[in-house]
Amino acid sequence: MILALLRRDLARFFPFTGSNASGGAALPVVFFVAVAMLFPFAVGPDANLMLKTGGGVVWIAALLAAILPLEKLVARDIELGFFEQLRLRGMAEEAMMAVRLIAHWLSFGPPLLLATFPAAALLKIEGETFRLLLLGLLAGTPGLAAIGLIIAALTASLRAGAALSGLLLIPLALPILIFGAGALARQDQVSLVFVAAISLALVAIAPFAAGAAIRAPREN
Amino acid sequence: MQASSPSLIADNLACRRGERLLFRRLSFKLVPGAACHVTGANGAGKTTLIRAVAGLMTPYAGAVRRQGALALLGEHTGLDPDLPLGRALAFWAQIDRVGFLALASCCDRLGLGNLLEVPVRYLSTGQKKRAALARVLGQAAPIWLLDEPLSGLDTASQGLVSQLVREHCTGGGIALIASHQPLDVPGMTSFAIEDFAPAAGDQRQEHEA
Repeated sequence: MILALLRRDLARFFPFTGSNASGGAALPVVFFVAVAMLFPFAVGPDANLMLKTGGGVVWIAALLAAILPLEKLVARDIELGFFEQLRLRGMAEEAMMAVRLIAHWLSFGPPLLLATFPAAALLKIEGETFRLLLLGLLAGTPGLAAIGLIIAALTASLRAGAALSGLLLIPLALPILIFGAGALARQDQVSLVFVAAISLALVAIAPFAAGAAIRAPREN
Repeated sequence: MQASSPSLIADNLACRRGERLLFRRLSFKLVPGAACHVTGANGAGKTTLIRAVAGLMTPYAGAVRRQGALALLGEHTGLDPDLPLGRALAFWAQIDRVGFLALASCCDRLGLGNLLEVPVRYLSTGQKKRAALARVLGQAAPIWLLDEPLSGLDTASQGLVSQLVREHCTGGGIALIASHQPLDVPGMTSFAIEDFAPAAGDQRQEHEA
């Protein structure tokens, strides 16, 4: 049952596959590269400046890209009565949300990491900085996915949910951003351990918080 | 799935929506082969009753006891709108461990055979309802909870729903049907949800009780 659900969720959210070729699932990744591309145009091709700020720009682009998939992440399946049908078959909301978290990260994290290669090339990020950037995103994206899932579940029953979720994600993602981008400025890996720790804690909490969030509005 | 025979018991059930008490002191007991028709005007609490019985909502008072798996036909189909009907149904068949042939025969039964390639979002209201019924039928659960199964259906399909309920109950199943339209099922019991509505001035007492 869990595997069948995971396969279905992945088919829905993973970019460039089946039912989603036109569904906009690839949009976050394209958006991410586009932001990286815009930056040199805006500040000019000064290699020194780029080296100092490029990593931070990639982090901000990743954070903004994390907001895009939230609108469809949970709300649509609530409207469909999809989670209710699973509940009737004895599946806990926490399990549904854990599966959703895995599917969400798989369809957002790895494509973003791949897109970091062209983005880094555009911003002239190389060597140790690039390595730290890639490691940082690898450690940070599960956390961003977890925050995103909690917010998507919380705002699913609100009419202005989509607009609100972007606003909510930014402050909550600040710790990940500070440590992740901070690692680039100081060129040290210790900050990345903090990023990974924050991500782990968020991933552990997310299924319970999101599960409770989709259960609560049903009671009215 | 379970050794004992299915049953569905509501014991002194009371439900509210928001602050308003919809019904109270509602009790029934459904044994294998029983069908029960809940009637009532729009907003009287039929859907709330079905959802409370399904366990999707905590009743304000009282309890629901049941033996056996549930299949729910609600206002939402639970089918992915972007997928072709065949694949959307196949997902639930996989979850419910229904074989390919069994699913195909359910679809034929409901006249969906030539719609399987059509994405769910292009189906009409009646076709969606029939698709949801195919999912319920395929689930092979002993207890059916049908919320407005006739709405949006043409006369022939309405007759088919009555026939499916008859067959389900003849086979030892239980059906609780909320509908403001009549069904043709012999031996079906029926009650109006308004009979359990709190009398004027009763609201306060119920809150204090």
